Amino acid sequence: MTEDTILEIKNLHVRFPIHIGTVRAVDDVSLAIRRGEVMGLVGESGCGKSTLGFSILRLLRPPGEIAAGKILYNGRDVVTMSERELLAFRGRQVSMIFQDPLTSLNPLFRVGDQFVEAIRTHEPRVKPKEAWARAEKTLQHLGIAPERLAEYPHQMSGGMRQRIMIGMGLVLHPGLLIADEPTTALDVIVEAQFLDLLNRLREQFNLTILLISHNLGIVAQMADRVTVMYGGRIVESGPALAVFDNPRHPYTQGLLASIPNIKLDQPELKTMPGAPPDLVAPPPGCVFAPRCPQVMEKCREKRPLEFNLSGMRVACWLYA
Amino acid sequence: MNVPPHETTVQSGALLRIRDLHVHFHIKEGVLRQHQATVKAVNALNLDLFPGDVFGLVGESGCGKTTLGRAVVGLAPVTAGEIRFKGRSIVGLEGRAAFERARAIQLIFQDPYASLHPRKTVCDLVGLGLKLHHLAEGYEIDERVLAMLERVGFSIDHMYRYAHEFSGGQRQRIALARALVLHPELIILDEPTSALDVSVQAQILNLLKELQREFNLTYLFISHDLGVVRYMSNRIGVMYLGSMVETGATADIFRQCQHPYTRVLLSSLPSLDPDAPHRGILLEGDPPTPVDPPPGCPFAPRCPEARDRCHVDKPALEQRGDTPTHLTACHFPHLA
Ligand SMILES: Nc1ncnc2c1ncn2[C@@H]1O[C@H](COP(=O)(O)OP(=O)(O)OP(=O)(O)O)[C@@H](O)[C@H]1O
Ligand SMILES: Nc1ncnc2c1ncn2[C@@H]1O[C@H](COP(=O)(O)OP(=O)(O)OP(=O)(O)O)[C@@H](O)[C@H]1O
Ligand code: SF4
Ligand code: SF4
Ligand SMILES: [Mg+2]
Ligand SMILES: [Mg+2]
Repeated sequence: MTEDTILEIKNLHVRFPIHIGTVRAVDDVSLAIRRGEVMGLVGESGCGKSTLGFSILRLLRPPGEIAAGKILYNGRDVVTMSERELLAFRGRQVSMIFQDPLTSLNPLFRVGDQFVEAIRTHEPRVKPKEAWARAEKTLQHLGIAPERLAEYPHQMSGGMRQRIMIGMGLVLHPGLLIADEPTTALDVIVEAQFLDLLNRLREQFNLTILLISHNLGIVAQMADRVTVMYGGRIVESGPALAVFDNPRHPYTQGLLASIPNIKLDQPELKTMPGAPPDLVAPPPGCVFAPRCPQVMEKCREKRPLEFNLSGMRVACWLYA
Repeated sequence: MNVPPHETTVQSGALLRIRDLHVHFHIKEGVLRQHQATVKAVNALNLDLFPGDVFGLVGESGCGKTTLGRAVVGLAPVTAGEIRFKGRSIVGLEGRAAFERARAIQLIFQDPYASLHPRKTVCDLVGLGLKLHHLAEGYEIDERVLAMLERVGFSIDHMYRYAHEFSGGQRQRIALARALVLHPELIILDEPTSALDVSVQAQILNLLKELQREFNLTYLFISHDLGVVRYMSNRIGVMYLGSMVETGATADIFRQCQHPYTRVLLSSLPSLDPDAPHRGILLEGDPPTPVDPPPGCPFAPRCPEARDRCHVDKPALEQRGDTPTHLTACHFPHLA
C-alpha cells in the first residue's frame, strides 16, 4: 500500500445467497483509491456497483455477505471491524450518498431532525440548534431553502430528496465519500451546483470521492480515474482521459458508443446486443464473452487475466 | 414521428386536456410549525396531449412535474381546474371509473424502490395488473409477463426473484414492464430511465419508441435529461414554478426557444469533453419557492431580461412568433 492510498480493496467477493442460488455480485474485485482523487465507477445496471459501495461501509442488504477479501481504509481492514468500530467509522470516515432517497430517509421525522441526529451521533457536544444551522448551510449550497428543513421527506420533490441525501453525506466532512448515482434526479442546473460544491470540498478538505454514476458526462467532467465494472468484475481501469478517449475493453467500447448525442437527431440509438449476465450462473471464462464482438475461443474457457497497458488495467484476452 | 397537431384545434382531438389546473398543498411552516402555508405546486397550468404524442416535460427540480403527473392519475389533490381524458372529466373519480382509468392511464413513479412491493416476485408484480383487469388468465399471464420482461432486458431466470433482490436500474425496468404489459393509452413516465446506464437506457428508449409506434401510445415523458427528451419527444413543455412557460414542437424548441428560462436550461447541456469549459449559465437569485409565487411572471425574480411589467403582469401561454404550435408565456420572448 503506497503512502497516498486511502482505500484499498483486495480480492473482494460479495455474495447474496437467495432461494434459487447464489448471486456473485462482486467477484474478485481489487481496487485502490488515492487520497484526494475522484474515482469514477461505471458499468451496466446490475453489475455490482452499489454492492461494492455498500461493502465498503459494511452496509450490505441481507442476505448479502462478504465471502472473502480485504477492504483497507487507511490501512485498517473494514471487513474485520466490530459493530462498535463501524459506528464510529460510518458517516465520519466514510459516508455514502444512497441511490434510493425515499427508502433511506425516515418518513416519520422532519428532514432537519434527521440531520441533527446524524451530526450529534458523531459529535454529541454539538447543540441541536447548531446542528440544525449546519444542515441549513450545507443545503443552501445545494439550492434548498432553509425553511424546507422543517418538512417531511414525502413533502419534497424527487430532486430535493436527493439533495437531502447529498447533504447528509457531506455534512460530517468524511475522508471518503461514496456517491451512488447522486445526480439521477437533478436537473442540469442543480447538478452543476452540486459538482461545484464537490470541487470546493475537494479543495478545502481534500475530500476523496468514489463516484458511482451511469452519467458518463459527469464522470468525464469530475473523475481523475475511472473503473469499469461488468458482471461483478472490474474489466478496465485507468486515467479518465485514457478510458474515455481510447477505451480498450470491448465492453467499454460498446458502452461509450451508446451515448445519445444531443447534437444529432438520431433515428435509433445504438444498443449493445444481448443481455447482461445472470450473476447466479455467470458464463465460464470471460463474463462478457456471450456479447463480445471480438470473442475468441479462449475467452469462453478461461477467465481473462488483467493486463497492464501503459497505466491502464484491462481484463481481456485481446491484450495477452 | 408525426407532425404535431395544431395546438388551437384542441377542443376536438386532445386525448388529455388540462385547463387552469391548480394543485395546492397545505403545510405547517417554521421550526415550531406554527404557521399555515400553501405550496402551489401546480399553478394555473394548461396542457393538451394528442393521441400519439410523446410530450417531453422538463423543468427545474421542484417545479411541479411529478405533482402534475400524480394529479392526472388522481394521486394529488386537485384544488381547482379541469383534467379531461378523451373528453371526460377525470378529476375525483371513484370506484369503477377510477379502476378503469388505472388501466387506461399508467404512471411510472420516479422512485422505483418505493413503488414495488419487496416481498413479491417479479412475476406477481408484473402479472397482477393483467389479472385484476381480466386481460389474461392462468398460464397466459406468465407468458405475457415473460415476453414483456424479455423486452426490458430480463430472462426467465429473473421471473421468480423478489423485487428487493434487484439493483436500482433493474427495479426501474420492472416498474416499466409492469405498466407496459397493460397496454395503457396514456403513460406518464416520471424519469423512467434515470437509474439506467447508457446502454440499457438506449435499449429501453428504443423499446418505448417501438411500443409507441406499434400501439399509437401517448406518453407524458418527464425527464431532466434533455438529450433523452430530444430523442424521444415530438413536443416539449417547459415548466417553471408550477406553470407551463413554453410548449412547442421539439425541433422548434431546439432551433429557437423563446422563453428566457428555456434558454438557460438549454445552455447547460452536459458534454462528454472533459476539457469543455465550465458549463451553463448559473441562475442568479434564490431558488424559487412555490409557497409564495410572485404575482407577475413566475420567472421575473431570476430573469436576466425582466422589466417592470414582468413583476406585475403575468404573461399568458400563447403564440408569440410565427409558428402557431409554439406557445410561450413571456412578454419579451426571443423571436427569430
Ligand atoms: N438483496 C439482494 N438479494 C439478492 N440479490 C441482490 C440483492 N441486491 C442486489 N442483488 C443483485 O446483485 C447484483 C448487483 O446489484 P447492485 O445493486 O450492486 O447493482 P448496480 O451495479 O448498483 O446496478 P444499478 O446501476 O442498476 O443500480 C444484481 O444482479 C442484483 O440483482
Ligand atoms: N405532499 C406534499 N406536501 C407538500 N408539498 C409537496 C407535496 N408534494 C410535493 N410538494 C411540493 O410541491 C413542489 C413540486 O414538487 P414535485 O415533486 O411536483 O416537483 P418535480 O418537478 O417533480 O421535481 P423533481 O424534478 O425534483 O422531481 C415541491 O416544492 C414539493 O416540495
Ligand atoms: S476476453 Fe474475449 S470475450 Fe472477453 S472482452 Fe476480451 S475479447 Fe471479448
Ligand atoms: S415575462 Fe419578463 S420576467 Fe418573465 S420570462 Fe419574460 S422577460 Fe423574463
Ligand atoms: Mg446501484
Ligand atoms: Mg419529480
